Amino acid sequence: MPIKTWNYTWKIFTLILMLYVILGGLLFEVPALPVIHQTIRNIYFHVGMWFSMIFILFVGFLFSLAYLRSFNLKYDRMAYATVKTGLLFGILGIITGMIWAQNTWGTYWVNDPKLNGAAVGIMVYLAYLILRASLDDPEKRARLAAVYKIFAFVIMFVFIMILPRISGSSIHPGVDGNPALATGDLDPIMRKVFFPAILGWILFSYWIYKVVERKDKISQKINQLNADQL
Amino acid sequence: MQKEFLLEWRQKHALGGIMLYLVSTIFICYLSFAGIMSVQTWNALFWIIIAFASLNLVLKSFGDETSGRKLYLYTLASPTAIIFSKILINSLVMVALGLIGFLLFNLFMGNIAGSNLTYWMVLIIGVLGFSSILTMVSAIASQARNNFTLMAILGFPLILPLLLLLIRASLGAIEGASLRSISPDLVVILLLVMISLTLSNILFPYLWKD
Repeated sequence: MPIKTWNYTWKIFTLILMLYVILGGLLFEVPALPVIHQTIRNIYFHVGMWFSMIFILFVGFLFSLAYLRSFNLKYDRMAYATVKTGLLFGILGIITGMIWAQNTWGTYWVNDPKLNGAAVGIMVYLAYLILRASLDDPEKRARLAAVYKIFAFVIMFVFIMILPRISGSSIHPGVDGNPALATGDLDPIMRKVFFPAILGWILFSYWIYKVVERKDKISQKINQLNADQL
Repeated sequence: MQKEFLLEWRQKHALGGIMLYLVSTIFICYLSFAGIMSVQTWNALFWIIIAFASLNLVLKSFGDETSGRKLYLYTLASPTAIIFSKILINSLVMVALGLIGFLLFNLFMGNIAGSNLTYWMVLIIGVLGFSSILTMVSAIASQARNNFTLMAILGFPLILPLLLLLIRASLGAIEGASLRSISPDLVVILLLVMISLTLSNILFPYLWKD
């Protein structure tokens, strides 16, 4: 397929996928489980958001590495856009999770390794934005931001991988027999929506990232033009 | 390396400042927490004090460098040597501060773990974790404006999980757990120290360029 066509084909594909996920996620049969009941549908949205956040932030990690290798400001702009997009999905993920938690656990927030890990991760990326905001020189900003991002990403990764396992007793689904991602306890009907949902969300997040990145690029150009005129 | 020690020694007023900071914080806690202290509170409070003290201490390891001295160091030593000596000196000072703080804390807030060797062990490892992660953060923050705020913002999320691990491990130590039963936590902390040393080694040259 020529490149031009591919440029919008995958977007149409994503749109169809997301439409299917929304319709299927809200309308298809779901197994009736105690306590969770219909809120199990949240799995199509909440989990998808976290997957896409992790995906987009991982892409951003690669961009930061690329920046430090090449010192090309293009990669810095791309890394910045991934953080903004990742935060968007992360905050959406937290909101959907909180609404779900209110309905099943009876409270918006519990002291749970997974929830705390998510909150700390969001804090790290907010700190990244603050760090960027407090530096003026673009080269220096790009360099410091990339260094912090790589440092923080690796450390957070280790924590989030290890912490729930050693501190045990998470009530979040997906741990110790709480039904969630383990393929064994996902109903076949749910799988029909769940796997497309993950793919759809990831593609969708990449799309959003592209939009954010292009917007940044354009505003950079406009600033440049304004500066030239002065 | 030697020079670092000398510099640190020459700045003993600053060290004294942090010492006093530690003492007055503990004293304030002693006055304000009188009568409502449980073992859990005792433990959590102690680690929070130590976390803030290390933030303060590590901040000045790069914050106080003038640009002239930076240039001098730049021509003199490799970035790896610089970051490692900084981490080392911060760790040593922090261990000393941590131990003194611990003694004082036991003195004022009730002797809960003063003679608990496992707790001492957790303390030393935990403080190493703080200083190795925060030194790198300080290197980043020192290059930006209002670096104290920035240091706190950048550093706290990174040491928060470490803090949780430490509070858990040390509470275990107070309750009489053996060193072996809390060793998974300690291994994770040491692993993090290793990782942050490796990352510092790789990333610090990029910070040191100007």
